[in-house]
Amino acid sequence: MSETLAPTPGQTIGPFFHDALPYGGDSFLVPAGSAGAVRLHGTVRDGNGAPVPDALVEIRQADPAGRAPLVEGSLRRDGRFTGWGRSATDASGRFAFTTVEPGRPADGHGAGGAAFFSVVVFARGLLDRLFTRAYLPGESDPFLAGLPADEARTLQAVREADGGLRFDIHLQGERETVFLRYPRHDG
Amino acid sequence: MTTTTATPAAAPALDSQARITAEITEAHAATPPGASQPRIDFPPYRSSTLRHPTKDLRHADPEGIELVAPVFGHSDIDPVEADLTIQHGGEPIGERMLLTGRVLDGDGRPVRHQLVEIWQANAGGRYIHKRDQHPAPIDPHFTGVGRCLTDGDGNYRFTTIKPGPYPWRNHLNAWRPAHIHFSLFGTEFTQRLITQMYFPGDPLFALDPIYQSITDQAARDRLVATYDHDLTTHEWATGYRWDIVLTGTHATPLERDDHE
Repeated sequence: MSETLAPTPGQTIGPFFHDALPYGGDSFLVPAGSAGAVRLHGTVRDGNGAPVPDALVEIRQADPAGRAPLVEGSLRRDGRFTGWGRSATDASGRFAFTTVEPGRPADGHGAGGAAFFSVVVFARGLLDRLFTRAYLPGESDPFLAGLPADEARTLQAVREADGGLRFDIHLQGERETVFLRYPRHDG
Repeated sequence: MTTTTATPAAAPALDSQARITAEITEAHAATPPGASQPRIDFPPYRSSTLRHPTKDLRHADPEGIELVAPVFGHSDIDPVEADLTIQHGGEPIGERMLLTGRVLDGDGRPVRHQLVEIWQANAGGRYIHKRDQHPAPIDPHFTGVGRCLTDGDGNYRFTTIKPGPYPWRNHLNAWRPAHIHFSLFGTEFTQRLITQMYFPGDPLFALDPIYQSITDQAARDRLVATYDHDLTTHEWATGYRWDIVLTGTHATPLERDDHE
């Protein structure tokens, strides 16, 4: 292994990102009402259970066939499914995406087997980004299976009566979400 | 305007800078040297108290979708978005500056054709944001928002105005060092980064709990741009250079593009 460069530290997104990062259609990975469209939504909460109104959530996901999209146009997607979306939380701490459910990884797109949304969370007061996963209901993989049940539960989206998926994010507290670190990110 | 000396009304509940500074010193002493990332549990930054996880991050091997970044291209960006001085109908007030650098991964490879987003206060230290109530003028010719794509060698380049420092309510008489927010993607989604770039020699560094949440001096230094006189342009703009290193990728050597 060659010498590695020290990474640039992260910093908080701060309170004033709303004129920079949100953009038209950012949380619509597919148009509302299109075939197979589903709403993935939730609330970001702090250690007191209070909603976080100045957070930003992004997702990266496979298409329904389990392929990881490498499609240009993630800011002006013009109907293309790029597998990426961005949602700032509202005054009630809520984020929401209109998307399609990812399929289990197709051959060559990941050996894990389970279907999940990769999720990254930014917030004022949060000094570096946090990664997590929102697994589809009923999905499991060795990583999820290796967690205590109460922790695994924090990574599983819940199916709602209307077919939507709810995924609440707790930055801290009794229901604190499991956040991830990856090899080669330590320092 | 009837007075120029009034202190903010919320003052009584706020801690002093001396107390925050003492807490910074204490937190640094309690942290092992060499940490390359901020402490997300950093009490001097009051807003972090209830917003940091208390459990260790769980080690995960990235899979499928985490190993590919979203793709951006020329269909996403208008080249004029890299010039923050021409976006709003007139010349903004302040020190015009050129800002450039490279985005690299942890193995030194350039991050090519990937999105870089920035946002910042104007020269008076104010954002165009409805919740920014700092009583400094809004510059009608400056939005403080820019985007570009890195080129084939990982270079980004913006023309902008040097932002001013501004007060905030973390503690009494708290002032943020001048900074520009950066949002970055690598070749993997696991490399996603949002950070802040600072200016060399800022007298507010020692006092700022956000900058000081990075407890290692060498790591803090990596957030500070370099003044570059060769980039500075005659009768036009000062020049700053700042390189960004994302984390390493998980690609195996055989999958890497070794042909450049």
